[in-house]
Amino acid sequence: MSDTHSQTVAFVRDTMLPEKSPPTSQIGAVRWVRENLFSGPLNTILTLMGVLIVYYLILHLGPWFANSIWNADSLSECREILAGASGACWGVIKDRWHQLLFGFYPQDAYWRPVLTFVLMMIAFAPILFASVPRKLLWFSAIFPFLAFWLLWGGSIWYPVLAALGFLVGYVAYTVLQRVSSLVATIGAVAAPVIWWLFLVGPIGGVIAGIIPIEIRHIASDEFGGFMISIIIGVTGIALSLPIGVLLALGRQSDMPLVKWICVGFIEFIRGVPLITLLFTASLLLNYFLPPGTNFDIVLRVIIMVTLFAAAYMAEVIRGGFAALPRGQYEAANALGLDYWKSQRLILLPQALKISIPGIVNTFIGLFKDTTLVVFIGILDPIGLSTAIRADSDWNGLFWELYAFIALCFFIFCYGMSKYSQYLEGQLKTDHR
Amino acid sequence: MSETMADRKVDRSHMQVSDEVAIQISNMNKWFGTFHVLRDIDLTVNRGERIVVAGPSGSGKSTLIRCINRLEEHQAGQIIVDGTELTSDLKNIDKVRSEVGMVFQHFNLFPHLTILENLTLAPIWVRKTPKREAEEVAMHYLNKVKIPEQAHKYPGQLSGGQQQRVAIARSLCMKPRIMLFDEPTSALDPEMIKEVLDTMIELAEEGMTMICVTHEMGFAQAVANRVIFMDQGQIVEQNNPHDFFNNPQSERTKLFLSQILGH
Repeated sequence: MSDTHSQTVAFVRDTMLPEKSPPTSQIGAVRWVRENLFSGPLNTILTLMGVLIVYYLILHLGPWFANSIWNADSLSECREILAGASGACWGVIKDRWHQLLFGFYPQDAYWRPVLTFVLMMIAFAPILFASVPRKLLWFSAIFPFLAFWLLWGGSIWYPVLAALGFLVGYVAYTVLQRVSSLVATIGAVAAPVIWWLFLVGPIGGVIAGIIPIEIRHIASDEFGGFMISIIIGVTGIALSLPIGVLLALGRQSDMPLVKWICVGFIEFIRGVPLITLLFTASLLLNYFLPPGTNFDIVLRVIIMVTLFAAAYMAEVIRGGFAALPRGQYEAANALGLDYWKSQRLILLPQALKISIPGIVNTFIGLFKDTTLVVFIGILDPIGLSTAIRADSDWNGLFWELYAFIALCFFIFCYGMSKYSQYLEGQLKTDHR
Repeated sequence: MSETMADRKVDRSHMQVSDEVAIQISNMNKWFGTFHVLRDIDLTVNRGERIVVAGPSGSGKSTLIRCINRLEEHQAGQIIVDGTELTSDLKNIDKVRSEVGMVFQHFNLFPHLTILENLTLAPIWVRKTPKREAEEVAMHYLNKVKIPEQAHKYPGQLSGGQQQRVAIARSLCMKPRIMLFDEPTSALDPEMIKEVLDTMIELAEEGMTMICVTHEMGFAQAVANRVIFMDQGQIVEQNNPHDFFNNPQSERTKLFLSQILGH
């Protein structure tokens, strides 16, 4: 303390204190263990119990994993090799690998789903990661049509013409815009629907007659395994998000008709079990559709799964909108942005960011719900496991198949979860 | 209150009120449900006027200026802004909104966009300005509010005073002919109030038509050419700042002034 101020002021600091490092007893692994595992009698007991449970599990599951048999063509062969010891018989996965992946898809066409899967990775890259060149988004846009053609085969002209439906809608919109924007909006929806329902078939037939470019058609009932889970899951995920956004916006709309249609849809779909919707898709729709219509079963299931997830998605996104301060709406309005621009540029990006955990929750739920299609006779992995166990070679096998299917689903779902955490980090701008 | 202004000499050379009418409000009424918030409001604002609206909370002063760019809808009477009448016609509303800038109490910057993106968004999407040009204009106004170095940060990284100056710059990027301020300094720490008021004074010195809802009576005395006092949804008194503060007529105004200036 200097004497200069001591007579005039009670206390004054002349030099500011430098930063110091914490005492060594306050950092390090020993401290972590003491604080987190043995901080008191109760925690110590719980830690010891936890260790016991882990020990017990290893004691019993360890040999089962350790004695794993990979090379066996039937359960009886496994049992011979094991000679009474406990052990997992993974031979079934090796033996039925292709079936678990592709169902009854023709062997010589396995390259088609594999190629589709690889192309899917490329198509997703620019959507999932901002660092990927934006030009790849064009590929993402044509991928759905390419994937349809590769998986189901047939003439290339049908998916090409189906893609052109969006162009038809755009042209209808620009032409009718001169009349009025309401007519243009109706036209933009009606024209492609008419195109898809009545024109794609005949026109496609004519062009295919002149320039036949086609690969072998493979019917939906030959699809199966993880392929069908991924087809239904990915399509459902990709479609349910935009539909959910529109439903959430519709539910907040000032126009009573739009609002009540959206509320009615959401409440109805959320109020019924998915399995009833799937039964409706597989059985009841046949009564309503004109006789002889061939409305693909996988397509029907995709529509139902998508609508189901979209209803949940709408509510998740509505929660995101509700969390935005009123000031964001007002600032967007005050700057002269119209409804769609303020939604797209200001409100939706923020609402979606807030809703990421809920959205991914819905995605994961949707992906796991694809296993319900087994009840309407589609051979997804669960359906196949029943079929495999019905075979005399593998009769009596339970754990290995289910464990493998569970592991595959876990990898997909955990991947989605991890990606969502990465995305939240990327979008974090609030610096709280 | 007025000590914040004491060190600031206001240059009045460009503060000229023209005869041209910028905003014409006649016999305007508004209700929230059955609650009558604004009663028979008549107000004419000429181009170049700097009006301060004062009054106790709940007197309807914020609602009044929010009616001018239709953030609130009025139910009776007429509001004409720059020759455009505000009705339910969306085209008119968008036209008025792009001519009228607004600054909010809580800044309302867009937290997911950088400062520069906040400033260029409306010029690019509403005015269809090319991106580079919009960025040049944005940097010009960021310089003007003295925070060009913050252009690539996000709003959450800035102090309250800086955010409010960004909000003012964001409005100015649309080249508005009228600026509305809704209690722009009420959410700020005392240290930051001055930097925002300085920006507003500069704007007034350039001849901007301004309507400010504020409790900063020092600002009113230094800059305003008219002070409007509101209570219970009505305009109780309006006068030039000198007479308003030194010679208030209504009892309600005298009480209000004694309360805010008395200590």
